[in-house]
Amino acid sequence: MAEVIFFIAAIGAIAGAVGTVALRNPFYSVLALVCHLLALAALFLLLRAEFVAAAQVVVYAGAVMVLYVFVVAYVGGSGEPLTASTGATLRFASLIFALALFAELTIALVGTSLSALNSDGAPYESGFGSPAEVGELFLTKFLLAFELASLLLLIAAVGAVILARRRTGLGDPREISVADVMRVTASDAPPETMLEAGGPPHR
Amino acid sequence: MSLTWYLVVSALIFCIGAGGVLVRRNPLVILLCIELMLNAANLALVGFSRMHGNMDGQIFALIVMVIAACEVAIGLGLIVALYRRRLPIDVDELRELQG
Repeated sequence: MAEVIFFIAAIGAIAGAVGTVALRNPFYSVLALVCHLLALAALFLLLRAEFVAAAQVVVYAGAVMVLYVFVVAYVGGSGEPLTASTGATLRFASLIFALALFAELTIALVGTSLSALNSDGAPYESGFGSPAEVGELFLTKFLLAFELASLLLLIAAVGAVILARRRTGLGDPREISVADVMRVTASDAPPETMLEAGGPPHR
Repeated sequence: MSLTWYLVVSALIFCIGAGGVLVRRNPLVILLCIELMLNAANLALVGFSRMHGNMDGQIFALIVMVIAACEVAIGLGLIVALYRRRLPIDVDELRELQG
């Protein structure tokens, strides 16, 4: 049974990965990556990593991919031609490189003669991979990494806001920002002094 | 299932991601391919964690997910900034830093 689920999930993951790379429309690429992530979550479940699988589905396939979909919808998923005008040889070379990398990685992994490679792994203990275990490890052994990760998330959020904010002078003139609205209402307000009203009309 | 199968799947996904980074020109898709590579590494980490019966690999995978989320936030912010400045969304056109 585990073998059947493994092969279904593995084929789903690989198909999703191929779709991410090969589909022309970035929107479809994002959807293929969502399929890939869901299949990968099934593989994590087979490896008894329940919390990682749940985090994968909720955080990755949920939150991060929604962010991607929003940006693709904003930027506009224009179908890019896969073959560049100049990059046909480069594309061929990169395919060769990817294949060579796969061969090398497989030889390196299979040839390591690790004792666990052909076993079914350590005996399963109840509680392995559960949220309680993960939380305990995060708050005891990996406390520093946990805190640094939260700090990094804060920095990334602030950086993303600063990078994507609307700069004056570069925005679309057709768009209306809050500053424009403020300026318009300020100039429409009745002048309070004669100087603001333009001064005396004669002279 | 023996660990070898998981590692081979992980290597295959990693190579698909690496090839995608080299082939595609849209920075959005390049970010997606980087996600693929990170996920392949996650699969290998979780597989090793299972084989050793040690949870450390899963913690590592979770931290990798955090890093990936940060990278996505910054990368998408850069792409939105590019779009705002009317620059082409194409890494072949964006080569000011190349010298």
